[in-house]
Parts: sequence; C-alpha cells; structure tokens
Amino acid sequence: MSTLYEEVRPSDGADDAVPVRRVELTVNGERRAADVEPRLLLAHLLRNGFRLTGTHTGCDTTNCGACTVLYDGVPVKSCTMFAVQADGHEVLTVEGLATASELHPIQEGFKDEHGLQCGFCTPGMMLAAKALLEENPNPSEDEIRWALSGNLCRCTGYQNIVKAVMWAAEKLGGSADDAGDDAGGES
Amino acid sequence: MYPSRFSYEAPSTVAEAVAMLAAADGEAKILAGGQSLIPMMKLRFAAPAMIVDINGIGGLDYHRADPDGTYRIGALCRHADLEKSAALADVQPTIAAAAPVVADPLVRTRGTLVGSVCHADPQGDWASVMVSLEGAIVAQGPDGRRSIQVADLIDGPFQTVLAPDEIATEAVVPAPRGTRAGGYLKLERRVGDFATVGVAVSVEMSGGSVARAGIGLTGVGPATINASDAAAALVGTALDADAVDAAAQLAAEAAQPRSDHRGSADYKRHVVATFVRRIGAQIQRSEQEAA
Repeated sequence: MSTLYEEVRPSDGADDAVPVRRVELTVNGERRAADVEPRLLLAHLLRNGFRLTGTHTGCDTTNCGACTVLYDGVPVKSCTMFAVQADGHEVLTVEGLATASELHPIQEGFKDEHGLQCGFCTPGMMLAAKALLEENPNPSEDEIRWALSGNLCRCTGYQNIVKAVMWAAEKLGGSADDAGDDAGGES
Repeated sequence: MYPSRFSYEAPSTVAEAVAMLAAADGEAKILAGGQSLIPMMKLRFAAPAMIVDINGIGGLDYHRADPDGTYRIGALCRHADLEKSAALADVQPTIAAAAPVVADPLVRTRGTLVGSVCHADPQGDWASVMVSLEGAIVAQGPDGRRSIQVADLIDGPFQTVLAPDEIATEAVVPAPRGTRAGGYLKLERRVGDFATVGVAVSVEMSGGSVARAGIGLTGVGPATINASDAAAALVGTALDADAVDAAAQLAAEAAQPRSDHRGSADYKRHVVATFVRRIGAQIQRSEQEAA
C-alpha cells in the first residue's frame, strides 16, 4: 500500500523519478495534497492517505454505495473514481458533516430515528441524503427511496433510514413549521 | 482491488485526446464516466496501458436540439443530466424514459450515454434506445470526423468498430418525421442489476399513423438487438392493438435470449413481447390524451 500514495505538504516539489502525480483537492473544506499513483482509487486516498476512515469500502465493485462521497456536491461512489480525478475538486466525506460541537441534522436524524444498526452503510446513506435534500428540501418517501436506491443496507434497516431522512428534511426547514420542536437529543 | 498500473493523461481538447490515443498504439482507453471501465479495470478484465481522461475537456456535457430537431448528446453528458431534464420527455420520450432506470442514482451522476453506447455491453440500456431512434455516434480521429449508426457501431459483446485512435464525441438522434413518442421498459431483479430484459420502442407519428418506428432490445442476445422487422410492422399503421401485437410477436422472435439465473429464454421472450405491448399502449393513451 505504501507505494501507492504518499501524503506530502502542498509546497513540496514532485519527484520526477516516481510514477506519481500530484493532486491538490479540498477535503471537508481543507486543502489537501498528495502524490498518488494514477491507479489509486479516491476511496483509498481518503481512507489510507488522509486517514478519513468514515468513508467505507463495502463491495468494492460499484454496487453498495458505502463509499459514497460528495464530489463537487454530487454523490459519487469513491471506489469508482481515481484519486487523480479529484485534482482541483472538492470532496465532502462523512467527517465533514458535523462541526466540532454539533451533529449535522442528517446525523441527528439517523440518531433519533435509529437509522442504523451496524452502521457500515451509514456514511454513504447520509451523503446521498445530503445531496438529495440540497436538491429537493421536501422530498416524498418515494423520492427518498429513489435517491437512496444506490446505497445498500444489509441490516435491512431501510424503514428507519427513510424516517431519518424525513426527520432531517423537517429539521432543515423543508416542510413543517415546527421543525425545531422535536430536535432534542443532544446532551 | 487495484487496477493494473497505467499512465494517466488528462487532455484539455479533443484533438489532444486523439493525438494521445494515436501515440498509445491501441493500448489506451478513454475514461469518461468510468462506471463500467473502472470496475472492469479493478477486476483486471481490462488493463489498458494508458488512460485518457476526457473529463477536463470543456464543452462536451451538453444535450440539446438543433433548430431542425436533430438532438445531440455530448460525450460528457451524464445519465443524471438526462434524468433531471424536465424538457426532455416532450422532445425525446424514449431517452427520458430510459435515463431514470440506468444503473443506480450514484452511477448515474458519473456515467455517460456516449460511454455506455461505446462500452457495447449487451446489457447496456442506451445502445437499445439509440438503435430504436436510428441514432449515430460521431467519432473523431486523426483524419477527421465520421458518423456511425449505432446499429452498425456494435459488432459484438463489448466490441465496436471504433478505431483505437478515434474518440466518440457525441451521440446524434436525427430529426423526427412527425411527432415523437416512445418508451423504455426494463425488468431488473433490483436497482442497479443488469437488465433481465430491456425494450426500447420509438415511433414518429404523422397524420395519425406511424411514419417511422424503431425497436431495440437489451440483454436478450450477444449484443444489442435491432428488431427491425418488428419495427417495420408498425410503420403505416395507426399503432392499433393488432399492429402492436404483430410487432410484439416479431420482437420476441428477434430476441436471442439464453436461459440463466435471471430467467428462462422463453420467459425473456415473453417479457419482450409484453413490454412492446405495454409501450404501445402507453403511447396510445398519451396520443388520446393529447387529442
């Protein structure tokens, strides 16, 4: 693994002898850079290079969606993109959802509605949900199921995942006026 | 899983990309959406020595109609761009019907129609859609551009007549001879699975009868099937139930399905016929509503 990436500071010069390319990208709002082999997958740069292990690799065959990240705001399977393709782009991983003191409303929704059992698919579910709610702040249940249909949960917890996204939609102000009323749970 | 090592190029123009392909002597692959290519590279079914990533080439992400009604879809137009286009259903109903059922929502944000057609997977939805529309691919090579009918482009599973130094820059659907109608139906065991059966039916209605028809079949043969006899049975008719039924039978005969874990050959033929009838009925209903 260590031959596939080596994180460097953005100011370091590239070593021409090594078959790597310099990529500079914004991850969760922070400028990051790395020298990567072109065949390195974005999921592996995030997990092994940047130690952002919230992005899960589940099936590794473009089926399950556990590795979903937002790439320039668009949900993508990070196991099905090369890290070099992220050069100059913005990536949001699950680590970028919460602030130091507060969970993101989508995370709160998953917590309040018990939208996870084992939690493996959860980062991908939440990022796909975030993209949905930005595009459609007040989705119907069908629209939520449709938007999450590329993310597989093998605990079969879809019911509560859908509830969690509806909860987050309300909290974010998509529909109900009393969105804030049941937003507790943070201790 | 990691792909084999490859060198990576990111050209900023189509001409640069063509030069890179030519220099690679047949060992390069074009990366657009990558939603089929990258999984195949990870499984080492594909091991190109060079990847030419065209995502940095500007001006290829369009889908639009020319003033004469010719429809053009650029090489970087994603499935999701088509799915989310509210205006598409009126002008290209078959494309609008297929866009939401290609793969899954995450794959659709990256994958491209042109890439899917050129991937020539017999299970690919877009090739059937384009065949039904008499669509073509525009290929640019060192000696200029040429247009290739999608029906002629695919010459086997995962095989096209594109030269190693050619790049498909857009898909083109010719202007309709009348009002377009059509649909795409796909049977899949779950979202994102390959089609058990997919059927694209496109017609152009003029003066109450079918001026042109096309039927493409997905997943029921070694390559995309152009059910031209079935389509011919619709031309000149009012798309009445008898005509649609005749076309459905001919489409089922044109299918070359194999029995597998997705169903028996007989079952798949039955689904082909059923889908032709359903799309025919859909079109009739919308024609009646419009009248």
